[in-house]
Amino acid sequence: MTTLTTALPGERRVRVGRLLETVGAWLLGILWIGPLLYALWASVHHRDAATSFDLTAPLTLDNFVSVWNGAPFDRYYLNTVLLVTGILAGQLVLGVLAAYAFARFRFVGSNIAFALVLVQLMIAPDILISENYNTMAQLQLVDTIPAIGLPYIASAFGIFLLRQTFKSLPIELDEAAEIEGCGRLGRLWRVYVPLARPTLVAYGLVSVSTHWNNFLWPLVITNSENARPLTVGLAVYNGTESGIDWTLMSAATVLVVAPLLIAFLIFQRQFVQSFMRAGIR
Amino acid sequence: MTDVLAAPTGTEAPRSEPPPRRRRGLGDQAFAWALLTPAFVVLIAFTHYPIVRSAMASAQERGGEIGTGQYERLVNDPVFWQVLKNNIWFALGTVPTSMALAILMAVWVNNKLKGQAFLRLAYFTPTILPMVAVASIWLFFYSPGIGPIDQLLSAVGLPTRNWLGDPDTVLPALMVMMIWKQAGFFMIFYLAGLQNMSPELEEASTLEGASRWYHFRRVTFPLLMPTTLFVFVVAVTDAFKIIDHLFIMTGGGPNNASNLLLYYIYDTAFSFFDPSYAGALTMALVVILGLAAILQFVVLERRVHYR
Repeated sequence: MTTLTTALPGERRVRVGRLLETVGAWLLGILWIGPLLYALWASVHHRDAATSFDLTAPLTLDNFVSVWNGAPFDRYYLNTVLLVTGILAGQLVLGVLAAYAFARFRFVGSNIAFALVLVQLMIAPDILISENYNTMAQLQLVDTIPAIGLPYIASAFGIFLLRQTFKSLPIELDEAAEIEGCGRLGRLWRVYVPLARPTLVAYGLVSVSTHWNNFLWPLVITNSENARPLTVGLAVYNGTESGIDWTLMSAATVLVVAPLLIAFLIFQRQFVQSFMRAGIR
Repeated sequence: MTDVLAAPTGTEAPRSEPPPRRRRGLGDQAFAWALLTPAFVVLIAFTHYPIVRSAMASAQERGGEIGTGQYERLVNDPVFWQVLKNNIWFALGTVPTSMALAILMAVWVNNKLKGQAFLRLAYFTPTILPMVAVASIWLFFYSPGIGPIDQLLSAVGLPTRNWLGDPDTVLPALMVMMIWKQAGFFMIFYLAGLQNMSPELEEASTLEGASRWYHFRRVTFPLLMPTTLFVFVVAVTDAFKIIDHLFIMTGGGPNNASNLLLYYIYDTAFSFFDPSYAGALTMALVVILGLAAILQFVVLERRVHYR
């Protein structure tokens, strides 16, 4: 602190500037976290307290009990967990196989094939709801969990990301394994997949959070609680069953975001790094 | 399907460059295609086939004839132009602001200000929430009378209004929410860009006596240009693809004031049961996203030259 008094005017200006920046950064941070904190706060209060902003009001878990009993959220949870696990498993298997082909083999039609993959990077199945619904109807899969997941298990983004990773691995390891007598699939499994683990984890986190949150296609293709994931269940609940009780809506919202939010709080660094890694293409 | 795809290049002259690995003859060819087949069955069934089907559906006129009737209808449909206009306004209103805030957030988080961990957490958290949950939270924020925004306004004596019920304010209200939701996501890309930057650049500027703002304007921002272009394409695409909030908050209303193209496609296909017109609308969206793809392709090319 003694340096402050003897600081040159330029240095002092830097200090003041830094203080102002800190204040600005914190104001923005509070603004950004505020809505979520408010929803959390409202979810554990009675209706009157939540809208009158009475900070001393007693806490209650009644809202969660009402929500849990008011709609089949246990079923929605199960559906979402099955959905995101199934999609991730499918994406990893199909993506690893296709990326291996693109990264390490020269074959007739590889450029056209890769261009066809890239088409999906921009025109995602999310916008092709009308025709994909017809396809699912023909396959008699409407209102099933596989119908929600199927269009996403071949992910251009995943194929692209894994291809880049496989290409960056040293070819010498692959050749050494081949000399040892390891077959083509064996090398994929014993050399490429273990070495690509950081990318696979990053991709997995992005995939799970994307599909945990996905809404439009699941809304289109489901029409009962048998297949409905959490997001659609939340929309149905908040639209009809909660009436207009804000605290119930908050509690339902908190229920839906809680698992992902808790995972994020625990693995914050991995989340941010995964999104970074997956975003740099 | 794979044979059809392989055929066009099969007639080409053999490549002159050496193969990257010991040649296994046709074995490797067949093996590569076998690896691709599962992914391609799904890709074609749920991406390429529905695009072609939408195009075919859009060529169906009433009575089953083939023609351009659906597109004539589209050009003369005031709702189509309204949703397109809304979408463009929505993109203009959200993309530049989100990107500017994202840069600011990234610089602040990267600058090791006090409470850096909290700031990163606060900025990024809206990104991992589902849009449906975000919309539920903000629906209450905007609710007339009891919502926090109206309570704040009446506390300081300003007039309150029905933010989502008024055609003049509904789209801006949704834009604010969208910016809140996505700025932290874009921050990540800028943070990655900043962390890849050599710290010597900033030291050199400091030695030269340049202010931090000057350094940002003349060194940091130009070096972040590839990131900016990438984020721009993602943001524009998202402005056309994300409509989840409309189901919760407005249903496209009042009077189509907040309706967006993809929501109109949904309505046309599943409320009005008009697959042919939905096909024509889908083709319009495919063209828009295709243009964004071409822009990104040009961007990627430029990025290669940049390095």
